[in-house]
Amino acid sequence: MIDLFQRSIFEENLALSFFLGICTFLAVSKRIETAFGVGVVLIVVQTISVPLNHLLYAYVLADGALAWLGLPETDLGFMRLITFIAIVAALVQVLEMVLDRYIPGLYRALGIYLPLLAINCAIIGGSLFMVERQLDLAESTVFGLGTGIGWALAIVTLAAIRERLSYASVPRGLEGLGVAFIVAGLMSMGFSAFVGVRVF
Amino acid sequence: MTQPTPTLRTLVDPIVGSNPVTVHVLGICSALAVTTSLSTALTMSIALTVVIAAAAGIISLIRHHIPGSIRLILQITIIAALVIVADQVLRAFAYEMSQRLTVFVSLIATNCIVLGRTEAYALHNPPGPSMLDAIGNGAGYSAVLLLVAFIRELFGAGALFGINVLPLVADGGWYQPLRLMLLAPSAFIILGLLVWAARSLWPQQAEARAFELRHQPRATET
Repeated sequence: MIDLFQRSIFEENLALSFFLGICTFLAVSKRIETAFGVGVVLIVVQTISVPLNHLLYAYVLADGALAWLGLPETDLGFMRLITFIAIVAALVQVLEMVLDRYIPGLYRALGIYLPLLAINCAIIGGSLFMVERQLDLAESTVFGLGTGIGWALAIVTLAAIRERLSYASVPRGLEGLGVAFIVAGLMSMGFSAFVGVRVF
Repeated sequence: MTQPTPTLRTLVDPIVGSNPVTVHVLGICSALAVTTSLSTALTMSIALTVVIAAAAGIISLIRHHIPGSIRLILQITIIAALVIVADQVLRAFAYEMSQRLTVFVSLIATNCIVLGRTEAYALHNPPGPSMLDAIGNGAGYSAVLLLVAFIRELFGAGALFGINVLPLVADGGWYQPLRLMLLAPSAFIILGLLVWAARSLWPQQAEARAFELRHQPRATET
């Protein structure tokens, strides 16, 4: 379990080794504060959505999962993508309302980034990976938390580097996006050095 | 250069002039993971082009009946349904390929290019031009994908489409494959260099320096 946790943060980092959520990853990594905000929201959404989708998949969508309803032959597996998208979109909406009601400060700070996450590949991808790898409920919670932390770590690091780089004299044509890609590549190389490293 | 007709422009523009990947930074989420070999990249490109063309056509056909307030959710539903069809077709006829692509075919649904084109173009234009625009964007995406895959497979495995091109040292040849090319970092760096090349060739695509833009965020944010 701890192994899975560490693996999902470092070795199998969603952003740097599976290229998930790269659109957001590059678009909002110009300042550390915003990157941190998005990272935190992603951790929360990921930790809730992966186990939630797991429950839904295990008890409604998987092959023979509807046995408790007396329909043992039903296989709704093909519906998983559209269901996951709907669940994530609904979750983001609910989260937005809850934050607005109880923690308005945080809501205002994160406002624009919340809806952006509804269609983020890292979140949908995390849930699809959960199905692909046949994780159980506890594992998928850990997997959601781990991948969320890993993605947040990557975006905050990239934002820190890009903030410094904005003062650098980058060759014409390479500034902005180009250099961000190359920095992400170098970071990804750095993260691949974590293979096999176990903190605990 | 002669002026191409508007129809041709709709099709050709997104391939080079306003390529969705290098200019607008859209849709790279899934683009990089499938570029370790040309065959996966080609499958992915075809799947995306078919999905985007069909989605643009359908949405454009019903564009007068879509209420503005629920247009996003409606588009996502249509796109996701088409992606599920594509995924099922792949599973049925090319099972091995679908195993290699794992979750990335499904992730076409969250690809920003598809939603971007239907939202920005198909909602306001008749089906014909919308589909042409969609195919053009699909082709632009495919061009980048295939180029990256070409470089990665050629130098990483000495092969193209799985057929050996550079004789490997292991088989008595002279080429020592660059394993790094098959790992994640190289995809980022190749794409970075590609963006650099595109922006040097067409300087109007280049971003102004970040330092000058401090108080004026640019429009590329997705």
